[in-house]
Amino acid sequence: MTTAAGKTPPAIELIGIDKSFGPVHANRNVNLAVERGIIHGIVGENGAGKSTLMSILYGFYEADAGEIRINGKPVRIRSSREAISHGIGMVHQHFMLVPPLTVLENVMLGAEGGPLLAEGASAIRKRLDELGREYGLEVDPAAIVGELSVGLQQRVEILKALVRGAEILVLDEPTAVLTPAEADQLFEMLRVLKSENKTVIFITHKLREIMSLTDRVSVMRRGEMVATFDTAKTSPPELADAMVGRKVILKIDKGPAHPGRIALEARDLVVRDDRGVVRLDGVSFALREGEILGVAGVAGNGQSELLEALAGIRPLSSGEILIDGEPVPPPKRNPHMERLLGVGHVPEDRHRVGLVMPFEACESAMLGFHRERTYGKGLFYSRSAIVSDAEKKMEAFDVRPRAPLLKTANFSGGNQQKIVLAREIERNPRILLVGQPTRGVDIGAIEFIHKRIVAQRDAGKAVLLVSVELDEIFALSDRIIVLCGGRITGERRPEETDPQDLGLLMAGVSERAA
Amino acid sequence: MAWFDAFIVVFASGMRLAIPLILACLAGLWSERSGVVDIGLEGKILVGAFASAAGATFTGSVWLGLLSGVAATVAVSLVHGYASIDQRANQIVSGTAINMVADGMTALIGNAIWSQGGRTPELPRAAQFGAIDWPFAKSIGAVPVIGPIYQHLLSGHDLITYVAFLLAPLTYWALYSTRFGLRLRAVGENPAAVDTAGISVRGLRYGAVMICGVLVGLAGVYLVLSQEAYFQPHMSAGRGFIALAALVFAKWRPYPALATCLLFGFLDALAIRLQGVELPVIGPVPVQAIEALPYILTVILLAGFIGKAIPPRASGIPYVKER
Amino acid sequence: MSAPLKPLPAWADVALIPLINVAAAFVISGFVVLAIGENPLAALQSLILGALGDLGGIGYTLFYATSFIFTGLSVAICFHAGLFNIGTEGQAYIGGLGAALVALHFGFLPGYSLAIGAIIGAAIFGAAFAAIPAYLQAYRDSHIVITTIMFNYIASAIMGYLLVNVMRKPGQMNAESTPFRPTALVPQFHDLLAHFGIKWPDTPFNLSFLLALLCCLAVWLLVWRTRFGYEIRTVGANPTAAVYGGISPARVTVITTLLSGALAGGMAANVILGDQHRLILDFVGGFGFVGIAVALMGRAHPVGIILAAILFGILYQGGAELAFDMPKISRDMIVVIQGLVVLFAGALEHMFRRPVATLLARRTAQPPI
Repeated sequence: MTTAAGKTPPAIELIGIDKSFGPVHANRNVNLAVERGIIHGIVGENGAGKSTLMSILYGFYEADAGEIRINGKPVRIRSSREAISHGIGMVHQHFMLVPPLTVLENVMLGAEGGPLLAEGASAIRKRLDELGREYGLEVDPAAIVGELSVGLQQRVEILKALVRGAEILVLDEPTAVLTPAEADQLFEMLRVLKSENKTVIFITHKLREIMSLTDRVSVMRRGEMVATFDTAKTSPPELADAMVGRKVILKIDKGPAHPGRIALEARDLVVRDDRGVVRLDGVSFALREGEILGVAGVAGNGQSELLEALAGIRPLSSGEILIDGEPVPPPKRNPHMERLLGVGHVPEDRHRVGLVMPFEACESAMLGFHRERTYGKGLFYSRSAIVSDAEKKMEAFDVRPRAPLLKTANFSGGNQQKIVLAREIERNPRILLVGQPTRGVDIGAIEFIHKRIVAQRDAGKAVLLVSVELDEIFALSDRIIVLCGGRITGERRPEETDPQDLGLLMAGVSERAA
Repeated sequence: MAWFDAFIVVFASGMRLAIPLILACLAGLWSERSGVVDIGLEGKILVGAFASAAGATFTGSVWLGLLSGVAATVAVSLVHGYASIDQRANQIVSGTAINMVADGMTALIGNAIWSQGGRTPELPRAAQFGAIDWPFAKSIGAVPVIGPIYQHLLSGHDLITYVAFLLAPLTYWALYSTRFGLRLRAVGENPAAVDTAGISVRGLRYGAVMICGVLVGLAGVYLVLSQEAYFQPHMSAGRGFIALAALVFAKWRPYPALATCLLFGFLDALAIRLQGVELPVIGPVPVQAIEALPYILTVILLAGFIGKAIPPRASGIPYVKER
Repeated sequence: MSAPLKPLPAWADVALIPLINVAAAFVISGFVVLAIGENPLAALQSLILGALGDLGGIGYTLFYATSFIFTGLSVAICFHAGLFNIGTEGQAYIGGLGAALVALHFGFLPGYSLAIGAIIGAAIFGAAFAAIPAYLQAYRDSHIVITTIMFNYIASAIMGYLLVNVMRKPGQMNAESTPFRPTALVPQFHDLLAHFGIKWPDTPFNLSFLLALLCCLAVWLLVWRTRFGYEIRTVGANPTAAVYGGISPARVTVITTLLSGALAGGMAANVILGDQHRLILDFVGGFGFVGIAVALMGRAHPVGIILAAILFGILYQGGAELAFDMPKISRDMIVVIQGLVVLFAGALEHMFRRPVATLLARRTAQPPI
């Protein structure tokens, strides 16, 4: 890895950055040099440590070890204020805007130019006007930010940074929330910034954007910076390869699938998130008994909404879900009824959704099934039934320690996940929805969990597996569909594809006619 | 013109009753716009009232009374601030605690010092805020219509009354025209945005909580140094909660807060005025209904039947940097 | 930002920290007494003697404790669902109306079924008065804290109106109802014991106490041993997980708040049917708010609530005696202690956690000798 030879030092140099959050090692000895006046992309899968690295650069966290140099000079950045004073501007993935305030007020916040707003306001209004004309960033300064489109809100974020005199602009997954047209506008604007000799760091996991926009690109994987390329000299397959890495692919002894009849069918699902944004846009597929259907995709492309819709948690805007060929009508489409219909659901986020952390393990182990007679026939629960049921499940899934009375929060991530799996699988569902089954789980437990999921398939269950880990998708799936932007961009059999091919589908590169 | 004069009298009395509400309501506005919910206004009014009574009694000076009242409420506000901002406590619990401690402590100490069941001795005239008469109030008062308005509504109030009325525009100006106000409005809605802009969330919230202390302290001071000339246990009589209702009703905005407090004060004056009065058709006026009206109106508002009262988005939530 | 807290051992979590918190409240109260110019130890002695020194004192202590158990349970059950019901005060007040209406107008009920009917009336009215805040919280997104504050004042206005204008005994000055007939009353213990020839001084301590204990058992069973209790706790601990588990947070919110109101009604039964024997103004007198302190101090567990309620019973009864012995320490002292308990056991509950954790860590870090 060499930096381009030249007299000017890099705009930013990160040397040996290390950062842990408790047991999670988010950044390991990361080195990065970003030349002045270019657009430098950073790619990596989810959880690769990109956002953490940028938060360190912006002073939101302090690194445990390492050095930051700006224009060759070592600096300490302990707060956002210091980052701003060094000319760093950041556009966060979740906008740091105050919705009820106007554009002008949002831009002024922290850069008011004096104790009275009127003094700074006219100067900033003028500056906004200039920036608008210079970069094509026109926004009505009097508009209420909360009423603007997402694209315009992002524009306000960029304006905030520019008004503060940012020379280095960091954008964290900026296109995740944009329509394609808005994204094109953004790219146009970033190119103008580059032409003004500003430095742009562009974080994404979409290879198409990297290829079309950046000058150089660095790849992160599992907290490490693994490679840096000149964009012109690399290709999407090479990048996908670096992103995915040559990890030890976990081999699962898995015979051929014997798909039976269709157990679950989705027809033209349209689903919106809490803000009303369409997250699934006409998704259709069929899931058969005795097969594992893997849903691949970069996080945030509609997988969560798909799982929630199928599990009856999230309402459908339109479309239909059929179980055993029978449509599930809306009044029945709730988690309780779906469980009765034989749908098991291992949610993506066990902390927030799947478990109740302050509860004893045995109580977490009955969530969703707590109305069943197994736990007591009359008015009251039978504690012994609850505990012995949990013991059985913990035994079956080798949960350690085997302590049904221990608080859920006190188990390790892997064992918590096993509690969820045990709960959903031991109830013998006919359809099993599984989301990120091994997120934050240690290697030993991963193998165990994978075997269990395959065993379910072999027992004739219909399994839907959502995972952002391509390894996992490859190891388990009999059939793979890829979600991107709420649409299915392709379907593959694992034996006829590879990570690079899937990476392209995940990045929304449309399939060429075969 | 008898009805007009009666109206002026009721209105003037409503105005006086509204003053502590206005002060407490604006105090709550400052705190809650910064994201710190304050249901301890009631207790703080008591603390301000008691401390000002004690201060004025001991020193004989109305100004030192004012100062001690305000200083005491600022101190109590800081306790709430410490719990809410640094300890990330449940702000409702903290406010409840403050109401209880204030209610008990003021009565306890008052009784321990003066042995009159918690009541403080009546203050001499010199230790009270007197009415400020505008020029020619008496003579102009004789003029029909304009006269009574000039004499009873505009002239003849004490200093704190005029301050209270000035505070609404002042609050408005500070919130919408100053750097501090902008940051304050922002921190109550999205503290992360303020933090990433390089501004201290903690500093802003402590500032707001202290301003709240000053204003609500004035509400207590008014009760003693302008109205009653003594402190009596529980004399706040729910004003802190009515102010809270007014704050919700005004949707956390300064001028509507002023208007709502005037309305609630006027209802109070009307209830007093109509005590025991027999009206044609209705018969005796159900005074309690008028007294409960502020609360009923606020509940109807909360139910979403008159627009929607959306509190500052971050209010009540301690700020924790996200991982 | 500060480093994450290390988890404390269970015994420290359940016993040590709460004890330190309550102790802090009492130590500060002691300093207040000192500042007033009295001896805190002498005050404590007078307080305890007044509350527990003779059977009469004990009777009153337990009578107050009965009220506090009801209001404490009322607040606590909502805590479990993650709700802060400040409206126990008003719900108890309206509960009294329910008790009185049955006691005055359901005279056809035979024997003591009238008293039972009156208790049920109290529970139903308490619950009904909680219904609107419950609905607004569950379905209209308006905060139960604000609405219940408003409803406390609305209760006060309603009762004031009814007692002054409607229910007042004709020709009487005091705003109170006509006395109830004897079968509507909850028997007092000294009367019952007299049947067995046991002498107990005349105190308002009545059978409601047993009902309160029964309610403790019922709440414990409900919260920890029934399906609905499981749903309450799930909604309180993690509403998202509740939805995933097929539980409706709105439904749980409404039912829990109604139960809370019904429990508040129990307080009215104790005072109105067990002691006053007629409906009077302001009979709740802040005991609803004591419930907040009791629930926080008792950590929302029925056993803790019983202990905390008895402690507050001692404070209220002993406080009256103390005010008699030491006129400088008026009964307001009790409200101060109550507020300090809420402050330290509630708002500042984590303040001592860090020092204790450091202390324990240092102790365990020392090499064994």
